[in-house]
Amino acid sequence: MRAAVIVFPGSNCDRDMAVALRAAGADVQMVWHKDAALPDGLDLVAVPGGFSFGDYLRCGAIAAHSPICQGLVAHVNRGGYALGVCNGFQVLTETGVLPGALMRNAHLKFICKSVGLTVATTDSAFTQGYTAGDVIDLPVAHHDGNYTIDAEGLAQLQDADRIAFTYANSLNGSVADIAGVLSTNRRVLGMMPHPERSVDALHGGIAGQALFRGLVAQLVNA
Amino acid sequence: MKVKVHVMLKDGVLDPQGAAIKHALGSLGFDGIDGVRQGKVIELDLADGTSEDTISQMCEKLLANTVTESYRVEVL
Repeated sequence: MRAAVIVFPGSNCDRDMAVALRAAGADVQMVWHKDAALPDGLDLVAVPGGFSFGDYLRCGAIAAHSPICQGLVAHVNRGGYALGVCNGFQVLTETGVLPGALMRNAHLKFICKSVGLTVATTDSAFTQGYTAGDVIDLPVAHHDGNYTIDAEGLAQLQDADRIAFTYANSLNGSVADIAGVLSTNRRVLGMMPHPERSVDALHGGIAGQALFRGLVAQLVNA
Repeated sequence: MKVKVHVMLKDGVLDPQGAAIKHALGSLGFDGIDGVRQGKVIELDLADGTSEDTISQMCEKLLANTVTESYRVEVL
């Protein structure tokens, strides 16, 4: 299973993402944002957390329009898998690959702590390793995680079972407490919490492991 | 030519920063503030004759996130 992690200036969770994917059995390459194209034959493109381009203009906006992201969009349009965490989720909404937008947290504070997440669906490679309704603990670290979508868009997400995770307790003002959403074909997941920061007992928890293992298992069999 | 692009949150989108400013103005003793919305202004220095259509595309593709924001172009 071949994965690439895109690195932007200001990414700071890229190596954690690579470590988590490798621990689950993936063959991981790092791709610098100025590289002309993504490597051929990728199963997964991961967009890591951080502060790409200093969060200038809007979080993820500049990264979303970088050339490598055109490759990302092409990969997704071909049916490829993608995972965006934190700033990566913001990038995926800015490219239009995922619906909605991430705005400043409702109480304007940067939130950095471990939070309970309810697994809202197990119908995806990312969430198949969990049990629906389970509450898992994952770290969040964001200033702009307030997921916003209009009523029609929310209804589409709900009707198609595309909400992957919700905050067990309201956290940042997100519509319907949404913490992560899936694309129409369920092959792209964007989420604000950091599964890659919870894959080793030394992290203080291993709740993120099932996400990476499920993903790698699905793609190895594909 | 100089162009100013005003980017504001759409009506109906909650603006936590505007709400905080409103609260802070109230704490300073200013009365009668019914609402505050915060946006941004982007000044562009463009080649003369740049079409309105091109400027709109700049706004749609990058300057505003039309999921949550509206924009207004002012040619100076």
